[in-house]
Amino acid sequence: MDDLLREFVTETNESLDVVDVELVRFEQDPNNAKILDNVFRLVHTIKGTCGFLGLPRLEALAHAAETLMGKFRDGLPATNDAVTLILSTIDRIKQILESLEREQREPDGGDDDLISDLERMVERLAPSAAPATPQYAVGTLTPQVLERPLRPGEVSLDELERVFRETAVDLPAAKAAKPVPVEAPAAKPVNPAPVEAAVKDDDPAKAGGQSIRVTVDTLEHLMTMVSELVLTRNQLLEMVRRYEDSEFKAPLQRLSNVTAELQEGVMKTRMQPIGNAWQKLPRIVRDLSNELGKQIDLEMQGAETELDRQVLDLIKDPLTHMVRNSADHGLEKPEERRAAGKPEHGRIRLSAYHEGGHIIIQIADDGRGLDTDRIKAKAIAQGLVSESDIEKLTEAQIHKFIFAPGISTAAKVTSVSGRGVGMDVVRNNIDQIGGTVDVKSVAGVGLSFTIKIPLTLAIVAALIVAAGGDRFAIPQIAVIELVRARAGSEHRVERIKDTAVLRLRDKLLPLARLSQLLGTDPGPGDVESGFIVVTQVGSQSFGIVVDSVFHTEEIVVKPMSSKLRHIAVFSGNTILGDGTVIMIIDPNGIAQSLGSTVTSQIDADEAADTQHAAADERTTSLLVFRAGSNQPKAVPLALITRLEEIDARKIELSNGRHMVQYRGQLMPLVSMNESVRVKGEGAQPLLVFSDGARSMALVVDEIVDIVEDRLDIQVGSDNSGVLGSAIIKGQATEIIDVGHFLPLAFEDWFRNKEPSRRASPRSLLLIDDSPFFRNMLTPVLQAAGYEVSAVASALEALAMLKDGRAFDVVITDIEMPEMNGFEFAERLRGDPRTADLPIIALSSVVSAEAVERGRQVGFHDYVAKFDRQGLIAALKEQTDVGRAA
Amino acid sequence: MNTENAQQNLTEYVTAMIGGQLFGLPIVRVQDVFIPERLTRVPLAPPEIAGVLNLRGSIVTLIDLRRRFGLGERGDGNSSMAIGVESRAESYGLLIDSVGEVLKLDDAAREPNPINMDQRLARVSAGIHRLDGQLLIVVDVDRVLDIGANAIAA
Repeated sequence: MDDLLREFVTETNESLDVVDVELVRFEQDPNNAKILDNVFRLVHTIKGTCGFLGLPRLEALAHAAETLMGKFRDGLPATNDAVTLILSTIDRIKQILESLEREQREPDGGDDDLISDLERMVERLAPSAAPATPQYAVGTLTPQVLERPLRPGEVSLDELERVFRETAVDLPAAKAAKPVPVEAPAAKPVNPAPVEAAVKDDDPAKAGGQSIRVTVDTLEHLMTMVSELVLTRNQLLEMVRRYEDSEFKAPLQRLSNVTAELQEGVMKTRMQPIGNAWQKLPRIVRDLSNELGKQIDLEMQGAETELDRQVLDLIKDPLTHMVRNSADHGLEKPEERRAAGKPEHGRIRLSAYHEGGHIIIQIADDGRGLDTDRIKAKAIAQGLVSESDIEKLTEAQIHKFIFAPGISTAAKVTSVSGRGVGMDVVRNNIDQIGGTVDVKSVAGVGLSFTIKIPLTLAIVAALIVAAGGDRFAIPQIAVIELVRARAGSEHRVERIKDTAVLRLRDKLLPLARLSQLLGTDPGPGDVESGFIVVTQVGSQSFGIVVDSVFHTEEIVVKPMSSKLRHIAVFSGNTILGDGTVIMIIDPNGIAQSLGSTVTSQIDADEAADTQHAAADERTTSLLVFRAGSNQPKAVPLALITRLEEIDARKIELSNGRHMVQYRGQLMPLVSMNESVRVKGEGAQPLLVFSDGARSMALVVDEIVDIVEDRLDIQVGSDNSGVLGSAIIKGQATEIIDVGHFLPLAFEDWFRNKEPSRRASPRSLLLIDDSPFFRNMLTPVLQAAGYEVSAVASALEALAMLKDGRAFDVVITDIEMPEMNGFEFAERLRGDPRTADLPIIALSSVVSAEAVERGRQVGFHDYVAKFDRQGLIAALKEQTDVGRAA
Repeated sequence: MNTENAQQNLTEYVTAMIGGQLFGLPIVRVQDVFIPERLTRVPLAPPEIAGVLNLRGSIVTLIDLRRRFGLGERGDGNSSMAIGVESRAESYGLLIDSVGEVLKLDDAAREPNPINMDQRLARVSAGIHRLDGQLLIVVDVDRVLDIGANAIAA
């Protein structure tokens, strides 16, 4: 194809993509002259170029569209009809461009239909206004086309520029002489990356001020070469490492640095913001909302998140498909939404962010969610699962069937989607790039997909470690620090039941022995002999125990074989400097398997419990200590922020109270009772309780143990500070009331913050049949700024609500006599007055099924008992949402 | 190299001994034959996957055909070979005991699997050739490679 024509087609296609997006934006924001100017300029450029190239059909179309847009600039309203008309004109231009690319000439036929529509629209909008004359037109992208008979490169760009400016164009000369004569294609607002994925082969490099065009093949080749270079460099480093004083050392260091920079540079050329893949979505959503008669808001977050363009290309189609799906059968029609008490505008939210060497993309809508029964029926009809088996599956497992071939979630087939060829293709595409896709759906509330894609082909810094005789790479980005845990060092490894934890400064970190996790060394092992790689994923920190740590190395991430991709703890593999293949550890996978150990324990407990059929069989982590007497005392571990042992000499007396300087603040010490003496020397054990910036410490004699046992207060207590006694590990143990001690440290512990936090405290209704929990939670909730009414049963709560007491939020236990939490929630949902009241379920049973059931009956959140932080966070979320709405 | 003769429908097979049984792999699927070295085991992988290794700069997944076919464990002393195949742009090595000659066999002489064939073998067998004194099982490479998470789900 003619180089000029090719260049024209490529650039015009890009410009049209921008026009698409910008027009939709303009329609929503009609007063934004900047957007309009941008659109106008692009269309004008297309028109101008068509004129030079002798493409009359395109020119006429562009001209008509431009005229109409001129009207907008004159201040006439950009109606939906008018924008639709312009968009269809753009589509027609695209069609013509396609055949132009194929046949190198404009297709036969005319566009009188569209042009006359456009003209009519101009007249309708402005019967009096004269045809618009372009004022802002800027000559862009066009210089080469002036010298059509010449081959590019035969004249300098400057020459072309000069000729261009002197040639009679229908642009006002003053504007054409703008200081930036050649606008690089990269200057598109949504597409700052200099490399265009759409570039065809053997494109001539276009000399622009800021960017040139390079074929993707060239970049791919460069990338491969750099990867090889990195591997070779690593091999050299490996060899030289063996010789202490080698004359190669200095030059190799230099080579290493240069390689690193080169690699970084090449990587950069491959990265593109994910926004490029989203570019077409606003237009698609707009058209869909017109076609389907729905109002849809499309939100996009993290469009600047960069990823490898190869990966980007592959996820573009799946993303578009999923957005279409959401718009078509995820979101309801306005009437339906109104009836369901939702805003008429449906919302589709796209977000992207980096997490631990992966890109996470989420597509969420607030529509009706998946129809579980329909999927069930289809899955059975397709023979994917038997009728008896499906009853055993959780709802989440059933939802996963939408990724199987032949399952469509739509009740009816529309022109947009619903033909059952969709999600399986989406999953295949994502599988191909070593990614995963997950679905979460809540009936009536919405549907969200989470796509996780590794940064394949990327080169990352990794820590090489050994565990169970094998070497592994841990991406450096997730590693916070390395700790050598030995007996007697300040970082102590402690055990809670069978689980090892590391006490690292102010935190207790769960530990996982890598070899045990991987099953290569199933023995319990000795965590104390190894190294601990402190790792962070999102907000979760944990320690990975390895046998030894070697060095860090730049590794080339190669995707896992498709046969091994299901192993969640590995994100890929790589070839080391010495030529061996090693696995790359996925910190997210480790975090998950840590979590799943806990979950499976809970599941096992649950299974055991159902046999006993008793809710109070559940165990709680309790800290057992001694204070004042020989009788053990206990407090739920979850309430304690930290355990500390401080040097008794550091305890100071101020204003008659014991204080200790702790993290730059004075922390008051409170004695458990009169008989507990603050020690004069040696180590003083403390239980630290914190709330926001404040901390107080309870002075105890000795920390005895952390035990898992069921908490069943059998004998109540009149003693302040003690809730009662329970049998813990066969011994009568006093359960202390933390709420009693907090105000002893700061008299205003509960009072002070309410006024500062908000004008009116939010009111909260707490329902729990256990007095222990009511007593324990009430101070915690008060401390968080809530006005708490605590009742012992759901019936009492309903009675209060019936009396007209209004609450901002309800927290309820699940297992209660008379009426359980699920029934209670259903009752609330059934009553229009309380239908919108946020309900948080509080339970020791946090199984997937229970959570799912909770969702169905309308719980807004589901929090484990004793997860104080989780509860406060959930409360804050629910009440803030309530306020905002 | 003429791998197929249209008139007689001859197919060439690379033969391999695995646990005393002769197998044939269509030569069009075979990339190379190599001695696996510096094998890295993959924890948590399906048992058929012996590990991964670096073969001239690319990572090859090695599948132990003894385990895959249910033919018993390989003794430590036995040497082993691997036949390199490709599937969907990924490289695999099929671990065998030893490699034999290349045979050219007539498709018409290929017989279906006997019904009492071991299930693990029947699943991967595309038929049987009767040779002088022994049987050759024709290996369906794609079915051999159908392991891992997807195969379990199906």
